Amino acid sequence: MATIKINEISKDELLWQIEYNSDRCTLCGKCVAACPFNAIEASVEKRRKVINEDSTPAPKVKFQTVPVIKQNINIKNFCRGCGICEKVCPNESIKPVRNTDEKFAMKVRAYTGDSYKRGGRNNLHTMPRALDKIKIGRISQMTDPSLDAQRHTFEMLAPFGRVLPPEQLPLTELNGQLELSKNLPPVRWIYPIILGDMSIGALSGRMWEALAIATAYMNEELGIPIRMCSGEGGMPVRLMKSRYLKYMILQIASGHFGWNRIINTMPEMTEDPAGILIKIGQGAKPGDGGLLQAKKVARHIQEIRGVPKADLLSPPNHQGLYSIEESVQKMFLSMNAAFKFRVPVAIKVSASVTSISVYNNLLRDPYNIVGGFFLDGIFGGTGAAHEISLNHTGHPILSKLRDCYLAAVHQGKQGQIPLWAAGGLGMNGNLAADAFKMMCLGANGVFTGKLLLQIAGCVGNDHGKCNACNTGLCPVGICTQNPVLVKRLDIDKVAENIVNYFIATDQEIKKLMAPIGNSSLPIGRSDALVTIDSSIAEKLQIQYAC
Amino acid sequence: MCRIGAIKSRKYIHPSKALLLMRSQQKGHDNSGFAMVMQDLGGIFKDYKELPILSMACTDEGLNIADNILAEEGFVRAMQWSPETNPDPKLIIENMPHYIFQVLQYPKAFKYASRQEKEELLVNTRLRLRKALEVDEEGYVYSFWPDVITLKEIGDPKDIGTYFGLWEESENFTAKIITAQCRQNTNYDIVRYAAHPFFLQGYTSLVNGENTFYERNKLFQQSLFDGYIGFESDSQCFLYTLHYLNKVLKWPLNYYKHTITPLPHEEITQRHDKTVLLKIKESLTHLEINGPNTIIGVLPDGTLFTCCDSKKLRPVVIGYTDDTVVITSEVTGINEILPERNWENDIYPHERETVVINNDLRVEQWQQ
Ligand code: SF4
Ligand code: SF4
Repeated sequence: MATIKINEISKDELLWQIEYNSDRCTLCGKCVAACPFNAIEASVEKRRKVINEDSTPAPKVKFQTVPVIKQNINIKNFCRGCGICEKVCPNESIKPVRNTDEKFAMKVRAYTGDSYKRGGRNNLHTMPRALDKIKIGRISQMTDPSLDAQRHTFEMLAPFGRVLPPEQLPLTELNGQLELSKNLPPVRWIYPIILGDMSIGALSGRMWEALAIATAYMNEELGIPIRMCSGEGGMPVRLMKSRYLKYMILQIASGHFGWNRIINTMPEMTEDPAGILIKIGQGAKPGDGGLLQAKKVARHIQEIRGVPKADLLSPPNHQGLYSIEESVQKMFLSMNAAFKFRVPVAIKVSASVTSISVYNNLLRDPYNIVGGFFLDGIFGGTGAAHEISLNHTGHPILSKLRDCYLAAVHQGKQGQIPLWAAGGLGMNGNLAADAFKMMCLGANGVFTGKLLLQIAGCVGNDHGKCNACNTGLCPVGICTQNPVLVKRLDIDKVAENIVNYFIATDQEIKKLMAPIGNSSLPIGRSDALVTIDSSIAEKLQIQYAC
Repeated sequence: MCRIGAIKSRKYIHPSKALLLMRSQQKGHDNSGFAMVMQDLGGIFKDYKELPILSMACTDEGLNIADNILAEEGFVRAMQWSPETNPDPKLIIENMPHYIFQVLQYPKAFKYASRQEKEELLVNTRLRLRKALEVDEEGYVYSFWPDVITLKEIGDPKDIGTYFGLWEESENFTAKIITAQCRQNTNYDIVRYAAHPFFLQGYTSLVNGENTFYERNKLFQQSLFDGYIGFESDSQCFLYTLHYLNKVLKWPLNYYKHTITPLPHEEITQRHDKTVLLKIKESLTHLEINGPNTIIGVLPDGTLFTCCDSKKLRPVVIGYTDDTVVITSEVTGINEILPERNWENDIYPHERETVVINNDLRVEQWQQ
């Protein structure tokens, strides 16, 4: 009886299995060359063939050694299901097939004694989203006219910065005119969607640059005042010295990566940045710090961040800050002071059961220096994380955003610290609808990251496809620093696709504003929403409809 | 769409004028009510300019409840007037047993009180009365303020006029400013409190159309001032914003338009007063309206004004003679009561305009 080695990983335990058809394969080798994970290789197989060499039937059995493409079966070079081999194969002879009986992550834990890491996002909660059960149900019909999305003008601007209540504005009246007697906290009115915040280390230089190009193009050529957030890890000095800096929101996270260069470049900056975002946490792996694995720390990343080639870990919290008061006093003050109180400073946290307390507290900030509250929900993506964080920690964004808005309403302070929300928006491909519904629930604007990667050509999804962003081997050049792989990404095409997507989104948001009869953003217009789910209706305080 | 109207005159005018103004614009099918506010009173109220007048409709029990509360607060009756009614089963009106217009002396304790203290007392007393009467629907308190009378009723406006004998002119019951509404095609429950004009501390407003930003206006306003309650109609928001800006924040009237329909950013940034306008737009973004609406308002000093939403989705016209100015939804109304005016002077305000009529009846057109 043949023995088998039960304790070694086997093909039926892998997430993805390669289906290969040697009859169609011409052995061009493209798939093997294209697979960045070494998950397939050229190999040989012994084959039994029945042949007939006579003019009359005289079948003979012949054994041949034939070259084939074979899947590697080990916990390092495993197939990610990215489908690149399938894409490059000219003969449709190879493709990955999902293995629904897989036990891969469990095996990795058992073999390595280490937690399983990957990129992407939560792969457990891919059931229908609450957002999709909400419709815009208050349509202007006879009581008030709908607008014409093509003909009317719409104002689509959201505040970034601390908004003061009217009684705190230092206004004096002179001959029937009000005058302002003091400088006030800076507020920028920007497009209600921020491209955000993926660092130049997590992304390839090309991908990051494509985003920056798209941002500049939308601002300068299309009049869409969209902003992009740098992510933690700084920015190229050339960009910081250019006029395009005004479209960029600089991020500072617990690792402070890149800030040395930012501070050194300050004297040479000709424009102020659009804002500063203090990152406390993110939706995909709340309570966990940043993680850039050494394989992605290429030369230019070392330069921008001022670090050696090593795993770059941002601690889960900002060192030295142990309370909200502290963070407001130290962090916000110093960040505000950095640009002499000309640049708004906002904070980004993971959506959490505690978000309302944090927001309530910040709303009472006596210094008026908190210029935005960014909430990131569980469906957000990340470049690298422990799978346990991705799959089992976090908080859905919808109810949290709503709770925060209503908490502000309760204090009579809605709008004073603008609310920005994210976490899986645009997951179903349509950002306009998601953004619109979030605004009706109280968000001033939204931010989006993962969707941009999808537009750029990311082949991953939420069902375990690819999710290899942590490996430094992104098969499409989006989140890798590998010089060969990044060449797969066409910067100009990516920028063009992103710009096009936002032109469409802009149109689509108007297509939703018009039927509810609004020419400015529907912030807090929960009356415009209905849901077919009574528990969602109850939780979000919107109308139930069936 | 309800038709709304306002008359301001140098002479005392009788409410029949308001009925005429509104009746000719009557369209629609439900015609579910008539409401008016009279300010700067003549006739029998002329000698009580400084004393608060309670305008209330109630049952017998309601009257008791109100009397008790007023006595408890220390108010003493100076004069009471009730309109003579003409009950007739053929009239379409849901009348209340009593319509009370009571002039009251301030409580003794308020003899040396400041104006503000007295104003607060009036609002709080009105809110207390309203709350007490609401329990068993024993009555409705529409206003409690010096030199102001409010009448609201459910029914056919023409019949309401007949019931209260408002069709016949009388020198006893007049005012220099009358604002009125004929309710047409009411979209929600027909509730007395929901009828315009709304009145608060000397400010009156009446509005037609839908306030599509009602939800955010309401959520913002409810924490601003005790008197911002009810919200039975989405149009109450326009009054509260007016009161908040002019009375609480003490901003001049020209900022009302800048608050409810702020200019687009692009335009603001071209202006010399951009810093102020931007801050107002930021701070009061929850008071913005998005139409379709026309607003007519009266300030405590008698200034009358009108403006529209920024897309001008509801009509309004102003016509005037030397001694009377009329603002109303449709010109037919003005033709009815000012047939001899020079109609070439009629003003059809545009979406960025506020038309203001001051106490000399000077008509000013303010551009936003
Ligand atoms: S699907 Fe991707 S990872 Fe799998 S073999 Fe093909 S190229 Fe390699
Ligand atoms: S294609 Fe690149 S970005 Fe997309 S999941 Fe794979 S590794 Fe990540």
